[in-house]
Amino acid sequence: MIRASGLRKSYPGFDLRVADLRVPEGSFITMLGPSGAGKSTLLRLLAGMEAAQDGVLERRGRAVYLDQDNIVLERNVIDNAVFGLRLMGVASAEARRRLRPWLARVGLAERLRQPAAKLSGGERARLALVRALATEPDVLLLDEPTQSLDPKNVAMVEALLREAHTRGRSVVLVTHNLHQARRLGEETWLLLDGRIVEQAPTETFFASPRSREAKAYLAGEMVY
Amino acid sequence: MDVPLGEIWEIAWRSLRIAGAATFLAALFGLPLGVWLGARPRRGGGSARVVLYAAMGLPPVVVGLFFYLLLSRSGPLGKSGLLFTQTAMVMAEAVLAFPMIAGFTAAGVRARAANVRRLVRGLGGSEKQVLTTLLWESRRPIVAALAAGFGSAISEVGAATITGGDIRHHTRVLTTAVVLETRKGELRSALMLGLVLLGLTLLVTAVLVVWGERE
Repeated sequence: MIRASGLRKSYPGFDLRVADLRVPEGSFITMLGPSGAGKSTLLRLLAGMEAAQDGVLERRGRAVYLDQDNIVLERNVIDNAVFGLRLMGVASAEARRRLRPWLARVGLAERLRQPAAKLSGGERARLALVRALATEPDVLLLDEPTQSLDPKNVAMVEALLREAHTRGRSVVLVTHNLHQARRLGEETWLLLDGRIVEQAPTETFFASPRSREAKAYLAGEMVY
Repeated sequence: MDVPLGEIWEIAWRSLRIAGAATFLAALFGLPLGVWLGARPRRGGGSARVVLYAAMGLPPVVVGLFFYLLLSRSGPLGKSGLLFTQTAMVMAEAVLAFPMIAGFTAAGVRARAANVRRLVRGLGGSEKQVLTTLLWESRRPIVAALAAGFGSAISEVGAATITGGDIRHHTRVLTTAVVLETRKGELRSALMLGLVLLGLTLLVTAVLVVWGERE
């Protein structure tokens, strides 16, 4: 669970202010907004990777943040996959044992010894996701994990996210894909110029948005 | 051939020891500085990097002259008696290898720092884990930096001549011996010494690269 109030993060040309937000246990939140709205910054603040200049942030449980670049280390697939568990102090053999079913599930079982840098974008996305999921976090903070993936890989990533959610994990997913936000989210936030301008149950958000900005955003009009 | 085979190996062994010691000394200070400059989470350190990169082009003869003035009888460290010794050569070569090691290390670490920090911190790791992961991920550029430092030390001739004096059985190294034999017109000896120098550089670099490529 994450709760924040009065969060502020500013740097030249940008000012993020979040009056109040809550990521309840077991929730699935999709975050929308144009590029530069502050989605990634907010996600990093929630993950504790950046410090807010003002405000209160309360986080219960372990949160992991997944970057949109699906970063891999200069190691082979299995060593990348176990990296999250190794950071937590899990022994190498045990971490490998735990990861094998995950890697088999995302179609990487045959490529364990291959350098991760040689994987395709979709494979890297799957690897990054199972690396995080294997650590059994309480909250998943995901920054456009399916950007530039083909439909098959998107479906595979979404299936993993749904399963994690079913198992009680909270998920905050940043996406530019309105269909994906609607498919997966229970609650949707719209961020604009560093402010959350609409925060509503996903069905309500898409069916009857309240704010002028949300209506314009969903209509595909330029609101920034 | 003017230089007996036994003496060639003696010179080669001396070159290896002096260049190795200089590389070790330069790495002792250059690696931590390079890692620190490259791993800084905030922007900055630009001036230090500019100075380091510029120092990669330090003229060896100027470095040699500096140590000559420092260690000569009338210099501030004249009483140390270090001029025309292997120690003086190590010091001068270390100064030449230092910017190579620090500069290449900083560039290699810097290229990886942002991604490694985002990954490790994103997975809940500590700043200490960021640093250890960054060091391991930067092993290849660090090895390249060490190889470049060693290469600059062992192939150096100007500073070695000025600080060592090219004294037979004492401070003569492969580069200074090549110059001497060429001047004497003993081109076969010069060529032989040059080949040994090339082989030695290749061998040490190969050992470093194989070591750095380990998974």
